Amino acid sequence: MTSAPASVRHVAESAPPVRTRPDARSVPHWRNVVWLIPALAVLAVFVYWPLLQNLVFSFLKWNIYSGAQTFVGGQNYMELATDPIFRKALLNNVWYAAISIVFQVFGALLLAAIIESVKSERLRKAFRSIYFIPSAISLTVAGLLFYFIYQPQTGMLDTFLTNLGLGQYAQAWLGHENTAIFAIVAMSQWQGFGYSVLLFSVALQRIPLELYEAAAIDGIGPIRRFLSISMPLVREMTSLMMIVTISGAFQVFNEVMVMTSGGPNNSSQVLGTWLYHAGFITNDFGYAAAIGVAIFVITLILAALQLWVSHRKRVEW
Amino acid sequence: MVTLFSVGRALRGALVWIILAALAVVVLYPLVWMFLNGFKTNAELFGNPFALPTHFGWENFAAAWQQGVGSFVLTSVSLTVLATLITEAISAWAAYGLTRIQIPMNRAFTVLILAGLMLAPTVALVPLVKMFQSLGLYNTFLGLLILYTAFRIPFTVFLIRAYMLDLPREVDEAASIDGASKTATFWRIILPMSKPIIITTIVLNVLTNWNEYLFAMVFTSGTGLQTLPVGLADLMSKNGTQYPLVFAGMVMAALPMVILFFVCQRYFIRGLAGGVGK
Repeated sequence: MTSAPASVRHVAESAPPVRTRPDARSVPHWRNVVWLIPALAVLAVFVYWPLLQNLVFSFLKWNIYSGAQTFVGGQNYMELATDPIFRKALLNNVWYAAISIVFQVFGALLLAAIIESVKSERLRKAFRSIYFIPSAISLTVAGLLFYFIYQPQTGMLDTFLTNLGLGQYAQAWLGHENTAIFAIVAMSQWQGFGYSVLLFSVALQRIPLELYEAAAIDGIGPIRRFLSISMPLVREMTSLMMIVTISGAFQVFNEVMVMTSGGPNNSSQVLGTWLYHAGFITNDFGYAAAIGVAIFVITLILAALQLWVSHRKRVEW
Repeated sequence: MVTLFSVGRALRGALVWIILAALAVVVLYPLVWMFLNGFKTNAELFGNPFALPTHFGWENFAAAWQQGVGSFVLTSVSLTVLATLITEAISAWAAYGLTRIQIPMNRAFTVLILAGLMLAPTVALVPLVKMFQSLGLYNTFLGLLILYTAFRIPFTVFLIRAYMLDLPREVDEAASIDGASKTATFWRIILPMSKPIIITTIVLNVLTNWNEYLFAMVFTSGTGLQTLPVGLADLMSKNGTQYPLVFAGMVMAALPMVILFFVCQRYFIRGLAGGVGK
């Protein structure tokens, strides 16, 4: 505890000694819970209760016509295990996570280090800000924008390829089963990497400059400096970014919905959109709830990892 | 030897500049293109995508505003402002309760509120829709307001709580000796002292609420209540759409947040850094 400013301490010391009853503040009192009640009530009713209900729903089947519910045990989960589109969606989420780790974690760290190596503070700030702009615009706007960029023939990407003489690669990026999900993931890297760069820059700025200066005097080059100073000292940020990125990758919904709605032929479905499809297109509520439980379990494991990482001892310097 | 060394350094410097500049172009060009497309005609848009618009006028923006974007903006602005204010109030109260006064089972309550941080909104989507339908909240402004508020509380409490924990304890003691009630201490002392983190969370909540898509899409049906993201996506998928109008709408959706970022950059960075646990 830091010592109090002199004036405050003075007040505290000169407090009248007649005060025998301890300050109400220092005694836990149930009445004080009123401060938490709005938050607790809103969370209980609109976050935790639906979450519990979802677990119950995942063991039920709805009759689409009568609305009657029947308990079916693990049937929804059995369906999940054998549903090829669920597997496809899960695989797409894994791709999403893997590609995002390459670009939004390691790529961003490298880029942040490159930016921090620029001498001028104003230029560093300018680059960081420019790269962040796509993160400030919504995924919906970015998705719609790239929907146009990916348009076959008339789109910007295909026109660009044709102009470069690479016309044979031009194609309907969002219209082919093999490319749709990757086109979406590519858009998402464009949209999100600036955010990671910004955070890595903040972490890199906390490393004392003397470490780099000492290394430079010893004749250690910038690549070695990056590998043996920057990388280890931002390890904690790297682990956290990794988990945040993976966890985000399993919650993807917006950009897929806007760009392909999971098509063509379900090739770009992810868990979120497949849940939406089951719940609101085919009205198979029980099955949608089971997908929800799957997403919940995955994000829970990742959150536990995140807690573990953030409580681990920090690298001291 | 010395010259070789300096040549190498110059090359490396050049490489750094090429990488940074090329990426800046990759980021900025699509954004500039989006802006320019707002001035084109449909024919120009599908002609040569790299061509500049033949004339710059605000007709597309005005027409987009007429054809729905105006109403999307109205919904988005009111939803964003109200949800942010309510989230801030509820979260600041809770953070004060968790940090500055003695509450029984404080740890349990803290965990209960912060655990919401790790829940993906998709997980509870089906039960939420059923609940909102039976409560008559489905497809209402109030319904969206509740969802936007509820799911932002854990993150907002998380950031404000961390800040309030660091404020000196003596402040409350001095206030209490001066006879200030807990409520007065909150409004007159702790809340003003927490201004920086309040601004940070406001900025982050405005950004999130303005860009939100999942709830706005699932919990509204048809016209009247569409937010900007949902309205724009709908406008895009309609047949015979004047696409330049959609681009004009996209610019109107994106620009406020880009401006907000540049104006409040400091607060953005603090919040983002705090959000991943420093």
